[in-house]
Amino acid sequence: MKTYNLMFAGVGGQGSLLIAELTSLAAVNAGYDTKQTEVHGVSQRGGSVETHVRFGEKVHSPIVTPGEADAVVGLEKLEALRFAHYLNIETGTVLVNDHELVPGSVPNAESIYPRETIDFLKSKGMRVVALPASQTARDLGDARMANVVMLGALSTLLPIEQEVWEKTLKLRIPAKYLDGNLKAFESGYDAMQKAI
Amino acid sequence: MREFLLGNEAIARGAWEAGVKFVSGYPGTPSTEIIETLATRFPETNPRWSTNEKVAFEEGMGAAIGGLRTLVTMKHVGLNVAADAFMVFPYSGTNGGFVVISADDPGMHSSQNEQDNRYLARVAKVPVLEPSDAQECHDFMIAGLELSEQFRSPVMLRTTTRLAHHKGLVEVGERADVPPREFIRDPQRFSVPIYRLIRRPEVEKTLTAFAEYAETCPFNRIEEGADDKIGVVTSGISYQYVKEVLPDAGILRLGMTFPLPANLLRDFCAKYETVYVVEEGEPFIEEFMRGAGITNLTGKELFGVIGEYSPGRLRKTLGLGAPPEPFTNDGVNLIMRPPMFCVGCGHRTVFAALRQLRVTVSGDIGCYTMGALHPYEAEHTTFAMGSSIGVAVGLEQAGHENTVAIIGDSTFIHAGIPPLIDAVYNRSRLTLIILDNSTTGMTGSQPNPVSGKDVMGQQAPQIDLEALCRASGVENVAIVDTWDRKEVVNVIRRAVSFKGPAVVIARGPCQQIPEIKHSHRIPFFIHEDLCTQCDACFKVWCPAITRAPQNFPVIAASECTSCTVCAQVCPTDAIKLAEETA
Repeated sequence: MKTYNLMFAGVGGQGSLLIAELTSLAAVNAGYDTKQTEVHGVSQRGGSVETHVRFGEKVHSPIVTPGEADAVVGLEKLEALRFAHYLNIETGTVLVNDHELVPGSVPNAESIYPRETIDFLKSKGMRVVALPASQTARDLGDARMANVVMLGALSTLLPIEQEVWEKTLKLRIPAKYLDGNLKAFESGYDAMQKAI
Repeated sequence: MREFLLGNEAIARGAWEAGVKFVSGYPGTPSTEIIETLATRFPETNPRWSTNEKVAFEEGMGAAIGGLRTLVTMKHVGLNVAADAFMVFPYSGTNGGFVVISADDPGMHSSQNEQDNRYLARVAKVPVLEPSDAQECHDFMIAGLELSEQFRSPVMLRTTTRLAHHKGLVEVGERADVPPREFIRDPQRFSVPIYRLIRRPEVEKTLTAFAEYAETCPFNRIEEGADDKIGVVTSGISYQYVKEVLPDAGILRLGMTFPLPANLLRDFCAKYETVYVVEEGEPFIEEFMRGAGITNLTGKELFGVIGEYSPGRLRKTLGLGAPPEPFTNDGVNLIMRPPMFCVGCGHRTVFAALRQLRVTVSGDIGCYTMGALHPYEAEHTTFAMGSSIGVAVGLEQAGHENTVAIIGDSTFIHAGIPPLIDAVYNRSRLTLIILDNSTTGMTGSQPNPVSGKDVMGQQAPQIDLEALCRASGVENVAIVDTWDRKEVVNVIRRAVSFKGPAVVIARGPCQQIPEIKHSHRIPFFIHEDLCTQCDACFKVWCPAITRAPQNFPVIAASECTSCTVCAQVCPTDAIKLAEETA
């Protein structure tokens, strides 16, 4: 079988690392050889966070090569743009949360923040699916679950059964947050079904 | 049973399984999770955070000589601190198994330099194991302890950031019961300086034995190529990239990179037309191969010494197709997200004061290196752990009288005490600011002697910084609440104008300490009726303060730590505790 290459991008504090880990664990639970890597910077929060996940029959490098990702999952638009060149333009999909976080530590960030991300990526010939995950999560009661909404959307693109995802979420998410996160996952799954 | 583990977690697991009974280290990316994992999951390994790497190493030497299987962990620059002991330990050799982790950081993700510690190991004459994945992090940890006992030598396990911080599946086992070895008084072995001439040939004997072992050891593995065109000699994580990029090449994967197997290398290279040497960092293997008379090789002149390798980089280097680049080339402004002080961080007021006072600032290693960046741009120099103080003393000699050294509590305990005493002794006018946030912040809140807690989270003796500075001969020691912005300026100004050594302890706990992070606090709120949009609160540079659609500043209630600094700067008193506004 082919090896799946996934790139998760977000801003520190958005939980991109968590959904990367959930994806890895789901892949492990589905019986795949799996590797994951991320860069730990000096920033506690607010920095750019990239996590690579690869799974398949046998995986060597934990690093995804630009141009080879089956999906780039961006929890924030600028971060999706930053890592979109990782996408396999022939077969891959950019999943982007339609949400902007303007860097606080850059002078004039408001005026120089790139606004036309989705149109730009489409103009590059990329398949882009933008979802209002932050809004969906807020409607479900907790904006922090935007990451799991995006995970639900991603799940439609991967060869991992829905039961395995559910089992993985149950094992990893603390009981008091589980119901909300299962709903968030389902919302992302449904939104993706409608979008494609 | 298989577990999905971080390289560092796999090392911890391996140490536990191997029956390790003493672990010491100092936090440093990318090594920190080893001791954190041991403390939370495997406390029977008896882990601790030591005050610095030299102390950690020496405690480890004692434990191993005393008969215990021992692990000592540090990042690459930590081994510089421990080098004094590291260089001499092979002269006695060990009793119980002793492994030191050197976690190198190619690409300098969280370090001040790129340093290939295989060279340090060669100077010390200590053998080096280099795993290539999480499974081997686990397996080599166990094997390293066994080798250490077999050859009575310390062993270095060298990881790199990508190994330490990647996750993979690891087949794990159970803990072995390894009884302590007996420690018998043997001055000719353990009192090295007196008997150094007797010990010196023993070091060479051990190294020769290791070199013979390297020729056939299971860590060095040959994978036959599809033909005789290309062979690759590689080590560490680079092996994985070679497997992706050159799947048909013959491979000699070196899991033991010091001492290197001359015959094995010569025999392997003789089978291929061209041999690539693919090793991150310096040409350590390559230089040895050239010295061994091998000529059909290509290494650093092609692959380079700087930064991390990756499959994409190897592919590009070998002319096998260049991966796409980021969209900056299309005129897209991919603005960076430079690191910044956290919401409620107590360092903010100190750097605002230093900027205002226009003094020369000699910085140190910690989150506060960010004081050099926008918006403070207050630091003039930063080098290594504890160097702020010595450098400030030197700057003063060069005529920069108003020099302030700034250091965190953990870094001060680590390497700041001898230079402070030196400053007093040599009659410096040094002003030292100790940013006392009661933790080792940058590496993720590890307790230290100032915290009052140990690695297990248990109560521990708390060092009194003020008394320590006074006992070092500093008479002018002031303590200030780091969130009292006016008082911070006043106290620093007084210290700078004082005609002798002065210490300011700017005190206030790190907001990332778990108990503090999760404590309930009443957030501040900006009252729009009182706000004149003067933007003074924005100049606090707190990430929790953003601009609302009508241009009013707004505080994210879920993030506010109630530090009060924005309320102190508001000229119209529009920033109030959320309760007051209800």
